[in-house]
Amino acid sequence: MPVEPAIQARGVTRVYKAKPEPVTALGGVDLDVEPGEFFGLLGPNGAGKTTLIKILTTLLLPTSGTAKVAGFDVVTETAKIRRVINMVSGGEQSGYGLLTTREQLWMFSQFYGLPTREGWRRVDELIGIVGLQEQRDQKVRTLSTGQRQKLNFARGMLNDPWVLFLDEPTLGLDVGAARDLREHTLAWRAAAPARTVLLTTHYMVEAEQLCDRIAIVDRGKILALGTPEELRRRVQAESIFRIELDRLPASGGLAGLAALPGVLSAVPADADGAGAGADRVAIKVALADDSALTTVVTAVAERGAQLIGLAKSEPSLEDVFVELVGRGFGDQSDDGERAS
Amino acid sequence: MSGYRGTRAANAREAADWSTRRVIANNLRSIMGRAFPRIIGLTREPSWVFFEILLPFLAVSAFVFVYRALEAPEEYIGFVVLGGAVTAFWLNVVWMMAAQFYWEKDQGNLELYFTAPMHLMSILAGMAIGGLVMTSSRALAVIGIGTILYGVSYNVQEPFLLAAVFLLTMVPLYGLGMLFASLFLLWGREAFHLAQLLQEPIYFLGGVNFPIRALGAVSGLVVAMLPLAVGLDAMRQLAFPGPVSQGLLPVTTEMLILAGMAVIFLVGARFALAYLEHLARREGRLTLRWQ
Repeated sequence: MPVEPAIQARGVTRVYKAKPEPVTALGGVDLDVEPGEFFGLLGPNGAGKTTLIKILTTLLLPTSGTAKVAGFDVVTETAKIRRVINMVSGGEQSGYGLLTTREQLWMFSQFYGLPTREGWRRVDELIGIVGLQEQRDQKVRTLSTGQRQKLNFARGMLNDPWVLFLDEPTLGLDVGAARDLREHTLAWRAAAPARTVLLTTHYMVEAEQLCDRIAIVDRGKILALGTPEELRRRVQAESIFRIELDRLPASGGLAGLAALPGVLSAVPADADGAGAGADRVAIKVALADDSALTTVVTAVAERGAQLIGLAKSEPSLEDVFVELVGRGFGDQSDDGERAS
Repeated sequence: MSGYRGTRAANAREAADWSTRRVIANNLRSIMGRAFPRIIGLTREPSWVFFEILLPFLAVSAFVFVYRALEAPEEYIGFVVLGGAVTAFWLNVVWMMAAQFYWEKDQGNLELYFTAPMHLMSILAGMAIGGLVMTSSRALAVIGIGTILYGVSYNVQEPFLLAAVFLLTMVPLYGLGMLFASLFLLWGREAFHLAQLLQEPIYFLGGVNFPIRALGAVSGLVVAMLPLAVGLDAMRQLAFPGPVSQGLLPVTTEMLILAGMAVIFLVGARFALAYLEHLARREGRLTLRWQ
């Protein structure tokens, strides 16, 4: 029996009523996320990421198309979906400020039906894991933004969800808090590889660090989908390496390297040709594939130059986005949700 | 960083397959969970003693002095004190029930309620029970202070019936609050104004500070609509029996009316909530915080 996708979307559209004309937040999304996958939706504000998450978490109906979570339809089987999912959003201020951290989590544990004693045990366990021991009896309204988001994260873990939706979870957090949260997410998933995570983010590093596969979304459409490596390859067919040498190789210099089998080009690494410094030169070689690197390194040594440094130049996901969309993340449009 | 546990079910489908017993337990726990912050609030913010007992008690005192100046029957003092106590429940219904979903939406809680597995009626029931417990202590304080300060004497011959009437009054009263919770969210953006709109007219029509019979022909209409008025009239008949306390209708009739109201308001709340959820999912307006 084939494994059912953890998340499946077919032709999902969502149109918001708005004046002067309706806004299309999703324009026909097709998506399959396998059980155990850490899947990222990467795109600028207004891309439709949150709208898709809201449809998948049963908060919104699709205007057309079908979507399933854990094999259950988001329109007709909401009760079953809600038993196996949870959601954590960035900047979330949920709960009640007069409760303590511990009480707040216990309250939410009851919404997922945890027996009283097990609820308290689970709460204490999660407080320990996310590192809120010192704040366990502190009122929620006195927590810092980072502590608050750790609390939200612990809330999202209470029911041990099979599919966890993270909607911009590190939004507004400082670098350390964001890193902590990412590490928690990875540790949580590692404990049970069948768990699926759908992350929306507009932070490239976050998507790259966490996700097995990424869909680049813009204006309600998926523009590209694949592993981070596959996406980068879309915009760069060849492999590019920056090589630092103590001197240029004899026997033809750069032209000699360019003539090697599998080498597409060999040029100075810096546009002005200045290289890396007085005692070294930096060159950039483009290879048909990574296997040609051995040939280059061997040739450099044979031709009397010493290898000082070697680094592969990768296009970033932002490069991929710019290539696909023709603009960067900073050039954003209003999203459908806000417009309606 | 480690310490996260593995999953218990074999797969998501199995994890979603809940027995009826588990569904019921989940909803009962959700009621308890939502009641929890309200009950905790009693001990956590003692300022309520000043704002919700002592200040409202001044209004009760004003009516006591008016009745004393007019040499009204002594039962009227008891009417006012009892009315002041029941008013606490109405205020709780208007401000903490009816307007609650509106505020929950602003905080982002409404989204989490929608995505959790319990029925939303359980959240409303939790709010109601929490509010009832919280307000009962306030109502008892008003009765206690009023009784001691103004020497109110009760003549309760059927305490169990009085308790039953009280409980029967609370069901439609909080049922009305549950109905309003959805309607407030559907109707408008200014829950504050809607709550104010309901507060003063009900003080008047509910007969909080005077016997409802004094309203004359209008009273029939009032009785048909307001659990507060019906319940208060029945409780006054039971707490202060005698010609002065003659009620609008016999107590048993008023109990039947209250029971009917309970069914209507609870069923109405259920439908309003279903409509609210449908609208929220269709329009996307009600669960998005910035709208």
